[in-house]
Amino acid sequence: MSTLHTVNKSPFATQALISCLNHAKSGDAVLMIEDGVYGGLGGTGMTEIVTELGKSVSLYVLAPDLAARGIDTNRLIDGIEGVDYAGFVDLVAKHDRTQSWL
Amino acid sequence: MSDVKKFLYVNRRAPYGTIYALESLEVVLIGAAFEQDVALAFVDDGVFQLTKGQNTDGIGVKNFSPTFRALGDYDVQKLFVERESLEERGLSEDDLIEVVYEDEDDDWEEKPAIHVVSRAEISDVMAGADVVLSF
Amino acid sequence: MKIGILVSEGPYTHQAADSAYKFVSAALAAGHEVPRVFFYHDGVNVATRLSVPPQDERHIQQQWTALAKEHGVDLVVCIAAAQRRGMLDANEAERQGKDANNIADGFRISGLGQLIEMGIQTDRLVTFGD
Repeated sequence: MSTLHTVNKSPFATQALISCLNHAKSGDAVLMIEDGVYGGLGGTGMTEIVTELGKSVSLYVLAPDLAARGIDTNRLIDGIEGVDYAGFVDLVAKHDRTQSWL
Repeated sequence: MSDVKKFLYVNRRAPYGTIYALESLEVVLIGAAFEQDVALAFVDDGVFQLTKGQNTDGIGVKNFSPTFRALGDYDVQKLFVERESLEERGLSEDDLIEVVYEDEDDDWEEKPAIHVVSRAEISDVMAGADVVLSF
Repeated sequence: MKIGILVSEGPYTHQAADSAYKFVSAALAAGHEVPRVFFYHDGVNVATRLSVPPQDERHIQQQWTALAKEHGVDLVVCIAAAQRRGMLDANEAERQGKDANNIADGFRISGLGQLIEMGIQTDRLVTFGD
C-alpha cells in the first residue's frame, strides 16, 4: 500500500513540499506539479533537505510544467524523473491513494 | 449500501484568512450522513483552526469554531492534531477547544474526539485512508 | 480505473483547472473512466457562461463543456460554494429571486453529497487546488 503525493507550490514560497516529505512513507511517490517543480532543482538552498527527506520515496516532476518554466531537465536533482500527464495518470493508478499538499 | 471507506480530511491552513477551513468543515458535516469512517487531521497551520477563544466580532466574519464542537453529535470521533505542529507554533493541548462524542459502545460515555498525536502517527493515519480530501 | 477529480480553485488565477483538465484528458485517453469532476471553493467559477478570455488564450469553461459533451463526464458545481460566489443556474436564480443565471452547458449544480459519493464510488480521487 502506498501513496502518491502531489505538491503544487514552490518550496521557497511555502512549507508544503517539506511537510509532504516529512509525512510521506517509504515506498511512496512525490510528484511536483505546477510551481511545485521548483522543488526538484539542484543547486538551490532547498536541494540538500529535499534530497535528504526524499531518500525513501520516489521523486518526480511533471515535465510539461518544468518546460513551461524554462527549466531544463539537466538542472534537476539527480534521480528525479520527469513524467508527462500520461505518466501522472499512471502514478495515480499505481499508488493506492493520491494526497494533494496544497 | 457500499463498503465503508476511510475518509481523511486533511486541514493544513489557518482559519479566517481563507475560506478553506470553513468550507472543509461543511464537507465533513454533509459527509457524516454517508456513514463512512471519518477522520480529520490538523497539521501545520491547520492546528490554529481549533484554538479556544476565537472572537470574530471585530473582523465581521462568522465564528465557526463552535461547529467543531458539533462534530461529536455527528459521531465524528477522530480529530487528530499533530503535536509537532502545535509545538512549532507555541501551542499546547490546553489551547485547543474541547470536542466530545458519546461512545455508544461504552454506555454513551462522553469521550474526547480530539487526539493530539505525533507526526509519525499522523503519517500512519494518512497511509491508512482510502480517500484523502485536502483543503 | 474510475478516477474522481476535485477542482478547488477558479479559472485563470490558479493553474488548478488547467492541470485538472490536462490530467482528465490524459486519463480518458489511457482508457480510464472519469465519472465526475467536482468543483468546490472558487472552483465553482470555472462554470461561468460569461467568461470572455483573450482570443489567443484557452477558453477554460469551453474546454470543460466540450469534455463533458464528448466523454460524458459529470461536471458538478457545489451549491453552497456556488451560492456564496454568485454562480446560479436558472432554477437557483428563480428560487433566490435573482435577475440572471450564469452556469454554462455541461455543468450542473448539486450538493456536497456528490463529492462524498464520488469518493465512495471511484477507485482514486485527485485534488487540484492551491
